[in-house]
Amino acid sequence: MLAYFTRRLLLALVTTIAISALSFVIIQLPPGDYIDQYIAQLSASGSAISREEAEALREQYGLNQPIWVQYGLWMGKIMRGDFGISLEWQRPVSEVIGERLWLTIVVSLAAIMFTWMVALPIGIYSAVRQYSPGDYLFTLIGFVGIAIPNFMLGLILMYIGFRFFNSNVGGLFSADFETAPWSAAKVWDMVKHLPLPVFVLGLGGMAQLIRIMRANLLDELRKPYVVTARAKGLTETQAILKYPVRAALNPFASTVGYLLPYTVSGSIIVSLVLGLPTVGPVLLKSLVAQDMFLAGSIILLLGVLTVIGTLISDLLLMWIEPRIRFQAH
Amino acid sequence: MEPILTVDNLKTYFFQSEGTVKAVDGASFEVYPGQTLGLVGESGCGKSITARSILRLVDKPGRIVDGSIQYYPANGGQALELTELPSDGATMREIRGKDIALIFQEPMTSFSAHYSVGNQIMEAIRIHDRGLSQQAARARAVDLLRKTGVPMAEQRLDMYSFQLSGGLRQRVMIAMALACTPRILIADEPTTALDVTTQAQILALLKDLQRSFGMAIILITHDMGVIAEMADEVAVMYLGRVVERGPVDQIFHAPRHPYTRALLRSIPSIDGEPRTKLPTIRGSIPHPYSRPQGCPFHPRCLERIAGVCDQHEPALARMADGQAVACFLHHREEIRQN
Repeated sequence: MLAYFTRRLLLALVTTIAISALSFVIIQLPPGDYIDQYIAQLSASGSAISREEAEALREQYGLNQPIWVQYGLWMGKIMRGDFGISLEWQRPVSEVIGERLWLTIVVSLAAIMFTWMVALPIGIYSAVRQYSPGDYLFTLIGFVGIAIPNFMLGLILMYIGFRFFNSNVGGLFSADFETAPWSAAKVWDMVKHLPLPVFVLGLGGMAQLIRIMRANLLDELRKPYVVTARAKGLTETQAILKYPVRAALNPFASTVGYLLPYTVSGSIIVSLVLGLPTVGPVLLKSLVAQDMFLAGSIILLLGVLTVIGTLISDLLLMWIEPRIRFQAH
Repeated sequence: MEPILTVDNLKTYFFQSEGTVKAVDGASFEVYPGQTLGLVGESGCGKSITARSILRLVDKPGRIVDGSIQYYPANGGQALELTELPSDGATMREIRGKDIALIFQEPMTSFSAHYSVGNQIMEAIRIHDRGLSQQAARARAVDLLRKTGVPMAEQRLDMYSFQLSGGLRQRVMIAMALACTPRILIADEPTTALDVTTQAQILALLKDLQRSFGMAIILITHDMGVIAEMADEVAVMYLGRVVERGPVDQIFHAPRHPYTRALLRSIPSIDGEPRTKLPTIRGSIPHPYSRPQGCPFHPRCLERIAGVCDQHEPALARMADGQAVACFLHHREEIRQN
């Protein structure tokens, strides 16, 4: 088991290095370099820098070196926690993403928790009472939920909030707290603003999760071990919760892998619509503006999150699924 | 001797949108303490549904529509009418596992792969013995595994079903069924998935345990060889109905129903002429939605009486020697259609 874990860890490391190289290549893909962009921007605003100054800047950022040296420098800086400067914001990348990253994680985790806490019980109910009126109702809601794009739902809810309750429901903070330093009152303000984005972000995933849980559980409910459990004298509820539900949960452990990067990048459009101060809109803007170091850092971050997520889901699966545990030595 | 379980005219139907499947359609038999009743018939004749009906574990769209299942509890109290108890009620759950236990054909899928077999056996013990400590339950589980001939019982308890061989798995399954020393053990094709040597061992084990626990066994099988080995009493089922019933010797030496005779003829014999074809029963089991009118076996029967067997349905009538048969070749008693 330890050997398995070590192997997975090494693989994760190799994958991360590959991803970092790939992110770097993506940064380099647009023609020209950071300095060309910088000069273009300066000349667009009417000022200019001399050729010597430009060369000095290239020297400073190491841009006149061969690409593999540049990659080495970039990685070296990242190892020391320096993600470079954002061209557009003229601030260190870590500063630009920093607070947004935490807010993103808060919003996304809340959305995932909401999704799971609502979807799993409904999925179980729908499977156990298959073809009951309740099952049909949840199926209907589920398909509507899948069919409505969540940014559209966000727009509709914002319209309703504005039109009928005369309140601006976007954002994660009230205007008073937007730029205020962190305090208990600011946290409470955020908590009050959370339900809408969480609902909008969670609904689509929830509908999908209900369908998956229902299908998984329907498969498991027909297995003989359920009859065995009931034949022992367990109540219906005990038997179902201990055996088939446990088995039906397995596929969820493997979804953790892509949930983690999704928490950062999956909500770009909704975040734009709802005006959420999360990483998604920054990524979009940096891509449009060719803000290379910022975009590269976020892409690298997403890659690393995917690797970590996959590692976590592997370990989770090992923990909850004995068949994997015992075949993995 | 008084029976501990009587099934009378049991009917379990499955109501599907395509039509009604009469999985069990008038099954009657008795189970006596310490004896083995063999329930035999082709696949699809309703044997397993009969077993599940007794434990009230028939799932929707299935339902017991008629008949009675009387269970006589150990304390000599009043007989319980199982068909009238709520299927998820306390009384029924108290009977399951404690009074009547069940083992299956496929021990691989009958165990959950998510918990150790020890966890599942100890659960079976503690459902009906709530005061028992974890350690005491574990000790009892080890003891059960030893009794069912599982070597290295202590270690096996912490294993998962997929880590055990087929034979061991079935032994562990039997151990779990015996957790609360049930009075009736329903064994649904317990040896079908096993190779012949293991099959013999498991059958010997069941016989052994029956002697030491004094329990009754309802043995469900399509294998006449297993019946000959194990059963005291035999009920032959065809299309959800018991067509012949009697002591095992009589069934084998003087079968009355043409179906029983055909079944016995289709067993390969050691004296048989090599390279000759084994006799088969002509035709096949009718589609569940289109049961034939009259005697359900008449389309495949070589001795059918024209104008009688295809019009009327014979009742299961007891003959002078105690054997019961549902066939117009032997009596004129018929089922009154309602």
